Parts: sequence; structure tokens; C-alpha cells
Amino acid sequence: MLWGRKLKASGVIGLNERNANYITALNSRRLYPRVDNKRITKSLAAGAGMAVPELYAVAESQGDVRGLPETLAQHKSFVVKPASGSGGDGILVIDGRYGGNYRLINGELMPESALLHHTSNIVSGQFSLTGQPDCALVEYRVQFDSVFDEISYRGVPDIRIIVYRGYPVMAMVRLPTRQSDGKANLHQGAVGAGVDLATGITMSASSGNLRVRDHPDTLTPIAGHQVPHWDRILDIAATGYEVSGLGYLGVDIVIDKDLGPLMLEMNARPGLNIQIANDAGLQPRFAVIDALRVGGAEDASPEARARASVELMRPFSPR
Amino acid sequence: MTLRYVQGLALVCASLGLGVFFYKQAVLGLPLSADASRSAWTIEASLRFEARPGPIKAALRVPALTPGFATLSENSVAGGYGYDIGYEDGGRRAQWAIRRASGEQRLYYRVVVYGDPSIEEADTTPPFPDPPNLTEPERTAAIELVEEVRQESADAASLVSALLRRVNDPTPDENVALLFDGRRGGTRRMSMLIDLLAYARVPARSVRGLLLKDEQRNAPIATYLEIHDGVEWLFFDPSSGSQGLPNNFFAWSRGLETLASVQGGSGLELNFAVRRSQLDSLDVATNRAEQRGSLLMTFSLFSLPIQTQAVYSVLLMIPIGALVMVLLRNFVGVQTFGTFMPVLIALAFRETDLLAGVILFSLLTGLGLAIRFLLERLRLLLVPRLTAVLIIVVLLMLSISVIAHQLGLETGLSVALFPMVIIAMTIERMSVIWEERGAQDAMKAGAGSLLVAALAYLVMGIDALEYLFFTFPELLLVILAFVLLCGRYSGYRLSELRRFGVLSRKDS
Repeated sequence: MLWGRKLKASGVIGLNERNANYITALNSRRLYPRVDNKRITKSLAAGAGMAVPELYAVAESQGDVRGLPETLAQHKSFVVKPASGSGGDGILVIDGRYGGNYRLINGELMPESALLHHTSNIVSGQFSLTGQPDCALVEYRVQFDSVFDEISYRGVPDIRIIVYRGYPVMAMVRLPTRQSDGKANLHQGAVGAGVDLATGITMSASSGNLRVRDHPDTLTPIAGHQVPHWDRILDIAATGYEVSGLGYLGVDIVIDKDLGPLMLEMNARPGLNIQIANDAGLQPRFAVIDALRVGGAEDASPEARARASVELMRPFSPR
Repeated sequence: MTLRYVQGLALVCASLGLGVFFYKQAVLGLPLSADASRSAWTIEASLRFEARPGPIKAALRVPALTPGFATLSENSVAGGYGYDIGYEDGGRRAQWAIRRASGEQRLYYRVVVYGDPSIEEADTTPPFPDPPNLTEPERTAAIELVEEVRQESADAASLVSALLRRVNDPTPDENVALLFDGRRGGTRRMSMLIDLLAYARVPARSVRGLLLKDEQRNAPIATYLEIHDGVEWLFFDPSSGSQGLPNNFFAWSRGLETLASVQGGSGLELNFAVRRSQLDSLDVATNRAEQRGSLLMTFSLFSLPIQTQAVYSVLLMIPIGALVMVLLRNFVGVQTFGTFMPVLIALAFRETDLLAGVILFSLLTGLGLAIRFLLERLRLLLVPRLTAVLIIVVLLMLSISVIAHQLGLETGLSVALFPMVIIAMTIERMSVIWEERGAQDAMKAGAGSLLVAALAYLVMGIDALEYLFFTFPELLLVILAFVLLCGRYSGYRLSELRRFGVLSRKDS
């Protein structure tokens, strides 16, 4: 440790520590495709009984891209995303049609040729982590629950849960803003709101590296909102451990107004801004789970772990 | 456990690197910096004689064992003469021969030596000498003198001291007078001393050499008495009796024979000239290692052709640049495009200088980026688009060079040295980030890359470092060890102090 004694005292994990002590130690590289390729994630999750958005079509080649309009004709709204994308790059959310054009969630219109070009870029690997040829997924566009309407600007708010050795330890809601162009991506300007893991109620919030109180577009205070289906959300997050096999995992969940919580994707290198959103470091929570492991008191089933987590994380709830 | 393993590995790498480094530095004497030079002496022996009709053979005793000095090179200048070096009892001999010659002949033998305290008298222990055959009454006098001296001494060294004291006494006793009368100087006196020591069963021989001083046109020959005490050779000044050699004494040859001889010539004159010069210590060390047959130097970079050496002296700096990047990325938290892109840009800066390099790089990426945005509208597939960007980069480089040349800005020509593929990839990555994350992120990463490149360039441009790593490439193992340790650094990056600043103010 060269610097940052104060940060260490508050249990904040830095990028170096995350990479050196958690990702390399707990996340075996051979398991990465399970989460880096959303197509694999989807089929594994479906196999484990996890609720996921329905897959409409897969474009594996430029030929598939040309056949896409036929499939798309059956769906009013849908999402196009790269199977191996990162950080939300390359995702297009279409929520309807206007004339011959597709309408994006921000209201912009996109001609079919532009949509197909984007899809073909995905297939060539423009958005993939390694630049390798990729495939494009077309899937159900989540009809998000209105619960977050007051504190989000268009787009789909999602819930990020850090799962450590199978136990959910920290959660946040990512709220799209005008700046983030309706995307729930903190790097693009979305607001991150910490969620009390024990109750599922939103607490503090952060935008960038700063703490904020209100949503920048709706100007509504962010704290105090109850995330619905919280128990099921924790179950889904805990199941992510069985599906991915990763000891340090980020599970992204969205809430559909009809279908309830759906697992959107998982991340083997979840970001660290969740600590700012929660106004708390991850390290003490990891220590609680590590102690459990030493004590041999691990719970076998995802549901049992999710319930145990609620109790284990209660000391970290705000008073 | 992994941490221990990494630390152990780093320790092994570091000690291996440092071990070889210290061996090369301390034992082989490779200098730590490029400008280190040391004194060398060029000693030239010249033989001059008048040729007589018929074949001519000339011989000169030349240095063999030279305690305190190492030989860098030796050669002969003698027009038309056959020349070779032979070994004979007690040393080496240079020989010249020619079928016929006329007039005054000059033969030169030249040797370049430098002081090297590690070179010692590496000679075998001689057998005890047989008692010499002196005739009476010298025999009796010699035995008596030796017996008296033996009584006054404890070992070979003190015996020689005592003997020399007796011999050098201004009022010699009758034995000394008898033995040395008529042998006051030169070879015969030395011969008698050696004979006397033979009675005392002390191996002894005469050593002749030069006292190396700055500049001597006609250097005098100094003679010392060398005796073996059963363990090592000891030196005595036969006229003063003092023990030890002056450290500028260069032993030319041993034995009592004349230094030079000629057959078929007359009026032989032997003359020594000494000249001091500065030698590149690196040459000296390389030469010394070669003489010792050191494998390390045989397989060193110095054995490569000069052009390849030049390439490696640059290549060896790349890890240094990469190290700078590790520090900036993992300890400071600077964002860059690609992992090694900044180092490659830094390499290009070596040719352009920093300021011109930064300007050219910004110009190139800026223009490339603008054109890349135009290309975006054409909706090209990925690979053709990348190729188009690459071609445009090359065209831009071309036009920058031509325009700069027309404007008389010669540095503009060096734009050709930028790694075009890397720049094309940078433009592509930058435009994607620009679109996805906004201009701010793209500019941040671009500026970060330039900052790292500039710092890496400055570090890679330190001549002393370049020399050090070229001479001691094993130091890369030390860098490797350090990088391994960096790989397990789990502390915060400096940028994270800012990033998580809100969290640290709360606690503690």
C-alpha cells in the first residue's frame, strides 16, 4: 500500500485489488465465456430456471443480417445487442415503428438500412471485447415496471447485484438519465442508487464520482423507493453463481411489468462504482462471507444463500 | 500462496539479474557508464641495425607474464619481414626474418597494456635450484656468505633482504668484496645474486621491465630480482634492497639473456618508447572477458554485428517504456488506448523529438478522426473500414511530409516513422469511444496516451539507461521481477483517491 490509508479504512476496493485479489483468484478464465457471451449466458440461465428476456433471433453472419427484417416484422419493440459486448456498447433499443423507420427510445428515427448496418457491425466484431467476429442478439424489449418512472429518464433502469461466492453482498439500481441517452450505464452518465440489501429500498445515489440526492432530469429524490420483487431478485442473483461458476460476479436484472425480474446479463469484472452509489466499501462485506466459508456454514441452495445474505448484510443497512 | 510464489519468482529473477550484473561489473570490469575510460599505455620497442648481405634474423623478448597489467593488443611493424611470436624458456620471443635487405633496418614491436590489479603472477612453482658450479675461492666465500645471511633471517623474503643489505653495504666485507668485485652492475651482478640464492635453495630470477610514465621517448630498462618463497613470487630492488614492485612497473621479460639479438646485421640498438592514451573501458572489459574465455561475453550483445547492436540498443529500451506505462496505469491510473500503443508512439518520438512528435501525432489522429467520422456515414463493414482508415493514415502521412517539406519544416518528414497500423487502430478505437461514451472520454484517453508516450519517451531517451541496459541486458530480469511484483499490487491507484474521494471523507 503506497497511499490511500483512509480509503482502506472504509473498506473500498480499488481496481488493482479487484483484479489481483478477486478476479484472478475467484474467476477462472475458462468460465469467462459463460458471461462474456450473452448467448451462452442466456441458454445456461434458461437451463437453471432463471427468468431471462426471450430471444427472438440470432445473427451469426452477414447473411443472417439480411434475413433479419422478416423476423423483426413480427415484433413491435425489441433490443439488438452484441453477444460479446462490454459496458452496454452497441445496444440498440427499438420501441416501435414510424413509417418505414424504426423508432429508438430517445425518439430518434432510424432507417432500416442503418439498423442493419449496425447489426452487421456487431457481427464483424466492432463491439466485441476482443475484436473477434461476434453474433448479434435480437431479444424481447423489457416493458419496465413503472416503479422507477419518477427517478429515471426513458430507457430501462436495471439492478446490479454483486454476488460474492454465491452470496449477494451489494446492490444498486442504475437509473438512465438524459446524459446517458437512456442507457443504464454509469460511465455514460446514468445515476447509480445504492439499495439496502436487506430491504430492497433505495438509499444514497451517485453520479460519476459524486454523491447526488435527486435524479438530474426528474429532480425527484432518489432515496426511499422500494424495489419490487426484492426476494426474487436476490434469488436470481444468487443463482447466477451456479450458472456462471464465478466467485466474484455482477448480475444485472431488470423488472418487467408483466414478467417480473429478468436476468439481463452477468459480468465477470463488475465495476467498482457501486461502492460510491452505496456509500460503502465492498471489503467488509466480503469479509463476512469469507468468515462463513472458514466456519463451514455455507448454504447449499441459491435461495438459502439469498435468505442468509439478507441477515448477513443487515449490519450494513443504514440506521 | 500465489503471492509468495510471485515474490519468490521475483526474488529469483532479481538476484539472477543482479548477480550477473555485479559479476560483469566487478569481476569483468564493465563500466557503469559510457564515458568511463581508463589509462592505457602503448609501449613500442624499436630495433635498429645495419643490414649485412645475406639473410637476416632478429629476435626480441616480448612480455609474457605481466603482473598488474593486462594486454589489449600487440602487433609488429616491419616492412617485408616475416614475423612470428614463439615461446621459449622463460618467456616469449618475437622473431623477424628476411632473405635480404640493405641499409638501416627498423623493426617495431608494439603492445598496448592497461593497469589491471587482478592480474597476478600466474606462474608455476619452480623447483629448488641446484647449487651452481662456482670455482674456489668464490665457492667457499659464497657458502660462508649465505650461511651468515641465513642466520640473520627467518624466511626466504628476509633472507633476500639480508643478502641485499650485505651486498649493497658501501663497505663490503671480504666475502662480498671477493664475490662482487668487478661485478658491480648489470647482468653479472644479478647472475651472482641468483647463484648465491641457489646456495640458499631459493629460486630466483631476474625480471626486466619499464616504469610506465606519461611520455617517454627513450624509456630506461629497470631490473628487479624475483624470488619464490614457496608460495608466491616476490620482487626486490637489487640496488636498494627494498621489497615490492612500483605499481607502474611493467615486466617486459625474465631471465638474463639479452633482450634483442640480430643475425646478419650489425650495430643493434634497442629503444623503448612509452605513450599514455585513454581507452574506452568497455573495449578493455570486453577484451579482458574474451581473454578469459568468459562465456558471458562470448554470448553478449557485443558479439553481434554493429548494425544489429544498434537495433537492440533501441529494442532494449522498450521494456523500460513499458515499465513507465505499468507505473502510470496501475499506480497512477492514467487511461490509454491499447496496452502498448503509447510505447510505440514513444519509439516514434525518438525520431521526431518530443514537441514535433506530439504535434504530428495530434495532427495525424485529429485529421484521421475527422475522416473516420465521414466514413461512418458510408456504413462500411468493419474490416474494409479499418483498411480504409489505414490507407487514409498513410495518405495523410504522405501529404504532411510533402507539405512540411515545401514549407521547409524538415521534422515533418519524420512523420513517416509513426507506426501507421497503430495509429489507424487508435483512430478507430477513439472514434468508437467518441460515439459510445462521448467526446470527453475519447479526449481523456487520447490525452492519457500522449502523456504516457511523452513520459516513456523521456525515460527511454536517457542515454545512461540505454547504455546500462545494452551493456547489462540481465538488468531486464530485475525489471521483470519488479513488474511481477507490480502484478500483485493491490493498493489503490492515485486516480482512485479522487474517484472514491466521497467515501474516504466519511470514515476514519
